[in-house]
This record gives sequence, C-alpha cells and structure tokens, in this order.
Amino acid sequence: MIVDLKHIGEMCSVVRTPDKGWRIGAAVSVRQLGANGDLARDYPGLIEAAQLIGSLQVQSRATLGGNLCNGAPSADAVPLMMSIEARVEIAGTRGRRMVNIESLPVAPGKVALTPDELLVAVLLPPRPARSAARYLRFTPRREMDIAIAGSGVAVRLGAAGEIAHARITLASVAPVPLRATKAEARLIGERPTAALLAEAARIAAGEAKPISDTRASADYRRELVAVLTRRALDACVAEAGVGGSKP
Amino acid sequence: MKTVVQCEVNGEPREALVDPRDTLLQLLRDRLGLTGTKEGCSNGNCGSCTVLMAGAPVCACLVLAGEAEGAHITTIEGVADGNDLHPVQAALIQHGGTQCGFCTPGIVLSAVALLAETPQPTSGQIRHAIAGNICRCTGYDKIVTAIAAAAAEMQAGARQ
Ligand SMILES: Cc1cc2nc3c(=O)[nH]c(=O)nc-3n(C[C@H](O)[C@H](O)[C@H](O)COP(=O)(O)OP(=O)(O)OC[C@H]3O[C@@H](n4cnc5c(N)ncnc54)[C@H](O)[C@@H]3O)c2cc1C
Repeated sequence: MIVDLKHIGEMCSVVRTPDKGWRIGAAVSVRQLGANGDLARDYPGLIEAAQLIGSLQVQSRATLGGNLCNGAPSADAVPLMMSIEARVEIAGTRGRRMVNIESLPVAPGKVALTPDELLVAVLLPPRPARSAARYLRFTPRREMDIAIAGSGVAVRLGAAGEIAHARITLASVAPVPLRATKAEARLIGERPTAALLAEAARIAAGEAKPISDTRASADYRRELVAVLTRRALDACVAEAGVGGSKP
Repeated sequence: MKTVVQCEVNGEPREALVDPRDTLLQLLRDRLGLTGTKEGCSNGNCGSCTVLMAGAPVCACLVLAGEAEGAHITTIEGVADGNDLHPVQAALIQHGGTQCGFCTPGIVLSAVALLAETPQPTSGQIRHAIAGNICRCTGYDKIVTAIAAAAAEMQAGARQ
C-alpha cells in the first residue's frame, strides 16, 4: 500500500508560529513556498535557494522535506536552512521529536531517521533584526544542473555594525552539507570589511573537503567555495546593513 | 491491488483502474489513450511528458497515477479549442518552433502555464519557463520567439 503524504494537513501548510518564526509542512511544494509573500519577505534567500531546484515542473513536486531526506550533499535548500538554524519536527511510532537540521544528514543518501519516522515540518526561527541569509551555487549549465559547489550564509549585524553572528554551510564539497566553523569564528565581532569577508571565504575554502570527479576537480570546487562564500557574505552584509527588514 | 482513480482530464470526468506503481504518464497514455503526452527520459529531466495539474506544470512520469485522484489535469489534447489552435500552438507553427515535434506538447503546456501567470513575460522568463523542456532540434530560439509572439497575440486579443 502507498500512502500519499501530500494530503496530511499539517504537512501541507505554511504557518507563522507564535514566536514569529515559521512552520513549513515537509510536503509543501517549492511552487507553494514561492507563492507565500510573507515568508518571502522574511527569508527571501530560502525561496531563492529552493527555486534553484530542477525545473518549474520539478518545483511543482519538490518539497523541503524531500530535499533534506534525499540526503544529497548538493541539496540546494539545505545549506541555507542549516545556516539559519532551522529545526525539523519528526514523527514516529514512538512519538515526536525535534532536532536541528544539522544532525539529519549522515552520509550521501542517508539521513538520521529510523524506518518508522517521518519528517513532518521544518521550523524556521524568527528572523532577527539586521540579519540576512543567502545561498549561492555554481552549476556548469545555468539551468537543470546540480551544484558542483554552493555556499549558504547567514549573517547578523550588531549595534555598532560589527558581525554579531555568522553561519556558513557549504554544498557539494563533503559527503554531507558542511559547516565552515573556522570561517564563521573569524568573522564574529569584526567589522565586515571587504578584506575580512574575502579572508573568511578563503578560510571556508580551506575547510571544504571536496573530491575530484567528472563534474569538477577538487581544486576548482575549493576555488568556487571561496568565490561563492565571499559573494554570499557581501550580499548578506549589504542586506542586513540596510535594515535587514524588521519583520 | 488495482484501484480506481477518478479525475478530471481536459474538463471531462475520467475514471481508470490503476496499479499503485503506475505513473500518471501511464494512466494518460495507456489507460485513457491520450498519447499526445510523450515519454522521453522517464526521470523528470526532459519535460516531454509535461502536463498541468491544477494549472501547475508537472512531469507526468514523476507523478503516481494514484495521486491523480480528484485532480484537474490538462494535457495537450485539451489545449486547442476544437479546431482553433491555442495561440501558443499557432505561433509555434508560424515561427518554426517545432521540428520533429516530440518535445512540442510539453513545451506548449509549459508555455500555457507561464502565460497564465505571466501574460507579458520577458525573454529571460520564457527561457526559464522552458528550461525543463529539452528540444534537440530547434536550438530553442524559435520557440522563445513563438512564445513571445503568442503572449503578444493573447494580450492584443484580451484588449479587444
Ligand atoms: C530533473 C530533476 C532535477 C533536480 N534538480 C535538483 C537541484 O537542482 N537541486 C536539488 O537540490 N535537488 C534537485 N533534484 C532532486 C529533488 O527533486 C529535490 O531534492 C527535491 O527537493 C526532493 O523533494 P521531493 O518532495 O520530491 O522528495 P522525494 O523525491 O519524494 O523524496 C526524496 C527522499 O526523501 C524521502 N522523503 C521525502 N519526504 C520525506 C518526509 N517528509 N519524511 C521522511 N522522508 C521523506 C523519500 O522517501 C525519498 O527517499 C532534482 C530532481 C530531478 C528529478
């Protein structure tokens, strides 16, 4: 017997949580996500990342839950969700549990769910003031291609314009989406000068553990990490600096 | 165990017996005889089997037949109004946007979905909308020209 998860109410809805965050049903399609203007105002980078998935046909079907549970190191919506510290709600025969997204991917094609478990929803925290999050990827073809490297960045600026919080998660350069924690640490408390952002991006490239395959060499992927991370940091700092939209 | 699926295809109620493993593509072609929808890669990459479900383009090869229960589906057979071709179809003929024709039904449905939401698309939006439809004959330029012409034609029609 096959059960269609896309008819379970809570898995198909997008709702604001009491703390002004979001609860996105795991079976909400990327097409539906894109149609939610309020969500797009809070997390434009998430919508943008999800809209990189496949074609419009694929996006009519693709979900954030599937993007996560597919377990691909190249999953386009995952790095940004990790960087904004999203959590997931999991339901199983023994009840429900909540985990950080980061603990879900364990190996290519494998996530930390037991056979009786189902991902029910993705929970986004409220968007902090003076913050922004963006994901950039590189594909040899502009459309319908899989990232050979990607970088999902979240930044929050402090009162003096310094970087108060930063997260960088890399795609396609490790068996699972990879946090660049050394690069993040380099940024904290510093003023976001072009030189600093470039330096942090270089550190992130050093943290990447890419392989060489038919699609790209390890060196090329590493170089891409530096470029994409720098650009994503630039974009986030600019966006967070101009107010980073108070929700 | 086979089950009965009831759905609406091109505005008409249809019913068919399907296996849980059947795809919407098999339902349309093999059970309902609607062979205008083409099977290409069978894994969502080529877009030949594009149909609309509630107005949204999907690859019929990636939808289970059972999911069609209660759905409103548009296939290429439902695009023309009797003998009057849809402006997208007419423009593809006029501008030479079709050669072997295998990808054309899918392209038409992607374009119809685009124009329903974006009546005056830019060339970039047209290219993005058909990025999931592979054509190995035309080189795409004439398809983009045709869709832009159809958009203009439909706008002119709407103004009358
Ligand atoms: C042509 C094509 C192009 C693609 N391009 C991209 C791309 O550019 N970027 C990208 O990131 N991905 C891409 N993908 C992969 C895929 O479409 C996306 O990862 C999508 O987000 C998967 O979502 P889905 O709902 O379709 O999941 P499914 O494909 O239905 O499921 C994927 C896996 O996750 C499991 N799963 C799904 N939902 C749940 C849940 N709620 N709880 C537990 N397990 C679950 C399924 O059992 C399955 O093992 C592409 C796929 C195709 C066919």
